[in-house]
Amino acid sequence: MCLAIPAKILSIKHNIARVDMGGVERHADIRMLGGARTGDYILVHAGFGIEKVHPEEAKKTLEIIREMGK
Amino acid sequence: MKFIDEFRDPRLAGKLAEKIRKISLRRVNLMEVCGTHTVAVFRHGLKDMLPPGIGLLSGPGCPVCVTSQRDIDSMIKLAGEKRVIIATFGDMMKVPGTFSSLEKEKALGRDIRVVYSPSESLAMARDNPGKKVIFLGIGFETTSPLIASCVLDAERMDFKNYFILSSHKLVPPAMRALMEKGESKIDGFLCPGHVSVTIGSDAYDFISEKYRIPCVVAGFEPLDVLQGIYMLLRQVNRSENRVEIQYTRAVSRKGNEHLRKLMDEVFEKTDVEWRGLGVIKNSGLRLKRKFLRFDARSNFDMKTPGSRENKKCSCGEILKGAKKPFECKLFAKTCKPENPFGPCMVSTEGACATYYKYRA
Repeated sequence: MCLAIPAKILSIKHNIARVDMGGVERHADIRMLGGARTGDYILVHAGFGIEKVHPEEAKKTLEIIREMGK
Repeated sequence: MKFIDEFRDPRLAGKLAEKIRKISLRRVNLMEVCGTHTVAVFRHGLKDMLPPGIGLLSGPGCPVCVTSQRDIDSMIKLAGEKRVIIATFGDMMKVPGTFSSLEKEKALGRDIRVVYSPSESLAMARDNPGKKVIFLGIGFETTSPLIASCVLDAERMDFKNYFILSSHKLVPPAMRALMEKGESKIDGFLCPGHVSVTIGSDAYDFISEKYRIPCVVAGFEPLDVLQGIYMLLRQVNRSENRVEIQYTRAVSRKGNEHLRKLMDEVFEKTDVEWRGLGVIKNSGLRLKRKFLRFDARSNFDMKTPGSRENKKCSCGEILKGAKKPFECKLFAKTCKPENPFGPCMVSTEGACATYYKYRA
């Protein structure tokens, strides 16, 4: 139920974004995301964008994990 | 970066599991509050990677599972109203009520439609002006802002035939109730990633402070879950009780203010009944007075005499972490996904359905 999937915004028209969700194109309502732009990754839950995915934070997390693995 | 494959790297997962084994010093019980975490643990085979000292308990974070029998019966009853369309998330269809289920009612000809997004229910109301559309609002803080935005849309478009049955619930009060009941031994909480997008990790501060339990908000990919478990173990070993965020790419301490504002504009807190946990103070959401014309509870007869849970079903115990699915006498014998006795065997993220699917 609380499933949200990262998707890339392909285009935006009136708060509705066309997104690429792992190769599948879908529409997502992005009214709750101030300033989301084409090319951004967002979390899509039940047809709505609920948050931007922050690439810098993702990189940091992966770096920590890689560092732990050394 | 696509934010999926990178967090599924099997080599790194192996390394993380090795790290976890190294710091697993004693028996530790961790509760994954969210059903989506339970699914991730099994789907990616993480359980087999963990040392035997780590016990994982499924928590109350499955919205379908925690819905009270009375609410389920009300939903089924609403489907029998004249000129009504019921719009629902698919997970609700097979949940057994006391006398029937939505799926059975649909087979009898009731107009019950499964939606992927709640916005589809608005389109139904627009396209069927002669009918009343009732959306079955279940879900936690991840989902309720979406439903709130639908109510605001319905108001803006002045829909007279759109209703919400709000059965929305809040996660932190349920965690508090679990600790107060003290029926399950919990050494750490793996906190729900997407609920926390809305409420922020600060919402768990009271758990770490009052009950001295470490909390880690984790994402749902294999590396997220493993790192979350590692962070919890590290805290347990150091006798710490802090709230940490593993899922920093989506979750902040304060959460998403836009989502919370929507929730607060449309809903207010109320005492609601949870399966297994009973009535919990201020743990649910009802429509504010201003929006009562969209409230199914205020506009339809919701009484369900004779509503009762199946006594043999252990769903309530499982949701508290007091029992594992295979400790239920019905599990995989008479109770199966095609013939469920309770919602935990129905929902895709129900503990019983997940244990059954992966035969743990």
